[in-house]
Amino acid sequence: MVNQHQILTAEEVVCGYDGRYVLHGVTIGVARGEFVGLIGPNGSGKSTLLRALTGILPLSAGVVVLAGQPLGSYSRRQIAQRVAVVPQVSGSLFSFTVEDYVLMGRTPHLGRLQAQGPDDLHVAWQAMELADLTDLASRPVTELSGGELQRATLARAFAQQTEILLLDEPTAFLDINHQHEIFELLTRFNQNEQKTIICVSHDLNLAAQYCQRLIVLREGRVHTEGPPPAVVTAQMIAQVYHAEVQVDTGPGGAPRVSLIPEISATEDEQI
Amino acid sequence: MSRHQTLVTAGLVLLLIATVAISLATGPSALSPQKAMRILVSRVPGLSSLAPPATAAEQSIILDIRLPRLILALLVGAALAVAGTVMQSFFQNPMAAPSILGVSAGATLGATAAIMLGLNIGIWGFSPVPVCAFIGALAVSAAVYLLSRRGGRTPVTLLLLTGIALGSLASAISSFILIRGQQGNLHLVIIWMMGSLANRSWPEVQMILPYAMGASVIVYFYARELDVLLMGDEQAYYLGVPVERVKLILLTLASLLAAAAVAVTGAIGFIGLIVPHLIRLLVGPQHRILLPLCFLGGGVILGLADIAANMAGEIPIGIVTSIIGAPFFLYLLHRAREYEF
Repeated sequence: MVNQHQILTAEEVVCGYDGRYVLHGVTIGVARGEFVGLIGPNGSGKSTLLRALTGILPLSAGVVVLAGQPLGSYSRRQIAQRVAVVPQVSGSLFSFTVEDYVLMGRTPHLGRLQAQGPDDLHVAWQAMELADLTDLASRPVTELSGGELQRATLARAFAQQTEILLLDEPTAFLDINHQHEIFELLTRFNQNEQKTIICVSHDLNLAAQYCQRLIVLREGRVHTEGPPPAVVTAQMIAQVYHAEVQVDTGPGGAPRVSLIPEISATEDEQI
Repeated sequence: MSRHQTLVTAGLVLLLIATVAISLATGPSALSPQKAMRILVSRVPGLSSLAPPATAAEQSIILDIRLPRLILALLVGAALAVAGTVMQSFFQNPMAAPSILGVSAGATLGATAAIMLGLNIGIWGFSPVPVCAFIGALAVSAAVYLLSRRGGRTPVTLLLLTGIALGSLASAISSFILIRGQQGNLHLVIIWMMGSLANRSWPEVQMILPYAMGASVIVYFYARELDVLLMGDEQAYYLGVPVERVKLILLTLASLLAAAAVAVTGAIGFIGLIVPHLIRLLVGPQHRILLPLCFLGGGVILGLADIAANMAGEIPIGIVTSIIGAPFFLYLLHRAREYEF
């Protein structure tokens, strides 16, 4: 199940919070350059699995392996040189400029008293260009909108120059236009720079549209995994989400999920 | 450094020079700032030709009384401001101050116990009160840290609430000792609690110097981590900072700085809170620039406060910092839109 092309794997991972297990033996593997979506209903363990993959959450059993070595054998700094994380909530109460904020992505690459050099600045500006933030470079992060802050945090993760990018619901608080903007950005990053992306999403349509492979979690276990058309089916959604939906094919060829209203609008009119 | 930051730095340096001149000229004996400065400068090797016509008494007033007191004010102010800067980063809250960890309450307990036990009489010219205050401050902040550990982590809210609880406990014990102790020593404790630089000299300078300078320099090595910690523990962790280890180091340094300051002067409020806040408004939140300017600014502001305390007839400096600091702090709270509670 776990082979050498895989850059990040979780093997039989059991973990949770305060003795209450959320994951009950999860095994997944992600290959270099893949764009993987983690989906599942609330409480299924998506975010917990992502946190386990970052090393921030201690495991009760199992192991996370990064580039062939157990995660525990790396220092925090070494992990941050290989894995960047965009958490659900980011930003700061303190008024760093967007440029300084993005430059913080260089932290794991700098020595204790080493100042940020022209190379770091170059990397940060490339990341800001990718995230379309150059106009906002001198704006304090405290004054950004939700979408702008999310882009700034993405740029900070890009500036970290890691092989792997983990994201926890990067579009949770964004409107539809910004949701697509973020996923387009991730797709470009994945395709142009061959980066591996693992993204938790509660939006089935977005995940199906942009991810190459989906992993469905249900009650702390992997329920199904595979390419979106194989995974996103009315049957899976009925089993995992307990929702009745209709799945057809969207304009881009990806499966499209629509809820079936219990009372439809047309029926309503007839009454 | 940006042009703006250079201007702020230059302004603070000028203010420091003015503080030195006015401070050396302030006191019961009239001495002009020029004369005071020349007495000081003439002590620099190679500049002895600048020595003004001055009596031995005048020389002694400047070099043995006013100079150590001034240096003490600068060092205590610097130490409190750097400790405050660290605490604000640590708690990701611009309203945090060194006293949160129970440092002041612990120092008060140590000093109260020492004074009420009659230990304030110098033993071979050495008073045990500051040592007891120092130990009290460190003991309480260490207890706060140890009681806030949960499964290998130290959540900041837990640290904050434990600090409040242990601070109250230490204050209650101080009050109990005060009530049960000899009433004759009572006013000594009260004066100590209000903080003062009066009658302090070179021994106090020697006591605080290694902590104020040493700990501040080590804190500067952690400037980048302090920046990243302002993003919160989780983001700092993802940016490669071993959060728990760095926090322990920074807490230790902040406690040492605040404890050393409070031990030699008594509790002086608001410096650790306001100086970092003010300097941050002027130069932004980056610690590479913020820390040295807080060191400088803290010293200057406490130096100026001590001049005011001295001119007002030797009132405790803690009264001055609170009378000026509290309204100023309220003003900052009022205008700071970005911190919505």
